[in-house]
Amino acid sequence: MNIIRTKDLSLFYGSFQALRDINLNIPEREITALIGPSGCGKSTFLRTLNRMNDLIPGVKITGQITCHGEDIYAHGTDPIALRKQVGMVFQKPNPFPMSIFDNIAYGPKLHESLSKPDMADLVERSLRGAALWDEVKDRLKKSALSLSGGQQQRLCIARALSVSPDVLLMDEPTSALDPASTMKIEELMGRLKQNYTVVIVTHNMQQAARISDRTAFFLTGDLVETGRTDEVFSMPRDKRTEDYITGRFG
Amino acid sequence: MKTKTIIEQTMKTTFFLCGMLTIVITFGIAVYMVISGIPAIREIGLSDFLFGQVWNPTGAEPQFGILPFILTSVYATLGAIAIGVPIGLATAIFLAKVAPPKVAAAVNTAVELLAGIPSVVYGFVGMIVLVPLVMNVFNLRNGATLFSAILVLSIMILPGIINVSRTALAAVPREYEEASYALGATKVETICKVSVPAAKSGIAAGIVLGIGRAVGETMAVILVAGNVANMPELFGSVRSLTMAIAGEMSYATGFHRNVLFSIGLVLFVFILLINLTLNLILKRGGAKR
Ligand SMILES: Nc1ncnc2c1ncn2[C@@H]1O[C@H](COP(=O)(O)OP(=O)(O)OP(=O)(O)O)[C@@H](O)[C@H]1O
Ligand SMILES: [Mg+2]
Repeated sequence: MNIIRTKDLSLFYGSFQALRDINLNIPEREITALIGPSGCGKSTFLRTLNRMNDLIPGVKITGQITCHGEDIYAHGTDPIALRKQVGMVFQKPNPFPMSIFDNIAYGPKLHESLSKPDMADLVERSLRGAALWDEVKDRLKKSALSLSGGQQQRLCIARALSVSPDVLLMDEPTSALDPASTMKIEELMGRLKQNYTVVIVTHNMQQAARISDRTAFFLTGDLVETGRTDEVFSMPRDKRTEDYITGRFG
Repeated sequence: MKTKTIIEQTMKTTFFLCGMLTIVITFGIAVYMVISGIPAIREIGLSDFLFGQVWNPTGAEPQFGILPFILTSVYATLGAIAIGVPIGLATAIFLAKVAPPKVAAAVNTAVELLAGIPSVVYGFVGMIVLVPLVMNVFNLRNGATLFSAILVLSIMILPGIINVSRTALAAVPREYEEASYALGATKVETICKVSVPAAKSGIAAGIVLGIGRAVGETMAVILVAGNVANMPELFGSVRSLTMAIAGEMSYATGFHRNVLFSIGLVLFVFILLINLTLNLILKRGGAKR
């Protein structure tokens, strides 16, 4: 089952074309890795999936993206509802300058009014979902900025989980972290895919090979190759893919 | 090589002396205010001075109670803050987060102009336009009132509040706002729940700056507040601390003159407290990051 499909998706920043006719299917409850050299449009593509590019003036999009079969750029589609369904984790951990508890409660409070115990429940569930609960359960009222970088990133994952999305978009979520924290987050992603569809951008080939089920290789705005990760890495069909994953350029 | 070190030394000394000069001047003024302000307060008695309700320096039995002035300054400032802060903050939000660049530039120019207008011009325009308007709208005999002073002051403190708050809002890391949008927040929700709280120490600094400006303002209020030493009423003519000094300094002699210095000292303490608050706010904001 493909949860997200893009059809001839192109994106322009003003007159600069950053994505060219992208056709990509993202299967449900799998991890899809987006790889490619810097500036090839991975982040841009990721941000079209939850319409974060709407916030940038001068962006023009053609083609089609469907999520659960519905065109997300169709007239009258609500980007707010979409972003609730398609959550996002950023490259640099970006917890709000609030308490750990309030960071998690922020999203749910936007969408529904929960009783205190229900909210506490939801916060605990989200933190457990991001494998952070045991480390922070005694300091929920402390500032989120007092956490380590790796903990902050898991907090951001928990925050994304708090509004019960179906899809999690992650833009190089471990590139600012040390190896131990990276390991933790990779383990976590293995568990997350039982309940969520994950799309992750990464520059780390081993990471892509380790954790993802499918891999898509981007190059200067084109989707060059996509397929099952083991196949893409063991016998790439395109010469450029092979060059990239063997480290010959990029 | 040698001339270079000499120039280097001379410049260093010059900078140092200039730095020292500001300290010496500030300190000198403070000492002067205390020395010339204390004796009259001693003679009147601190509580009679601060809490006395009657100001009659030239009567047969002169009275020197400055409570009317203190309260006028406090009320005028609070009133100006109550009106100026919401408008200023909303303008700052508009400039930093909402307005398209061209509109923002135009509004900015207007704000800068507003900041550059001399206070006597505010007072003058207030006197010609606002005072008669207040008189007619509220059906008063005299439009030169505390209310008019509050209106003029709230406009005068706008540019400071706008500029400082806008800078603070613009400095809120984009990542915070993106995180909020990515959770399905609207623009208004993001501004109110993320941007403004994250900029709160800067915004508070802007407000304190506005308070300082309002407390210290003299010329504009002289022209619109009526200048009568009554206990303040919203629609009555009033006199503030600054007005009392500026209005009477030209003819006061002897003990009366000394009391004006004492008023100056009170004002000085006010401003000192305000600046301390400001420093505290800025330091706390800085420490968090
Ligand atoms: N807001 C923007 N305005 C104009 N051009 C942009 C903008 N954002 C990105 N671009 C351009 O679009 C292209 C793709 O950028 P994108 O950030 O998607 O690359 P990326 O693959 O994520 O790179 P990296 O691996 O370095 O993160 C780049 O050439 C970039 O310069
Ligand atoms: Mg990127």
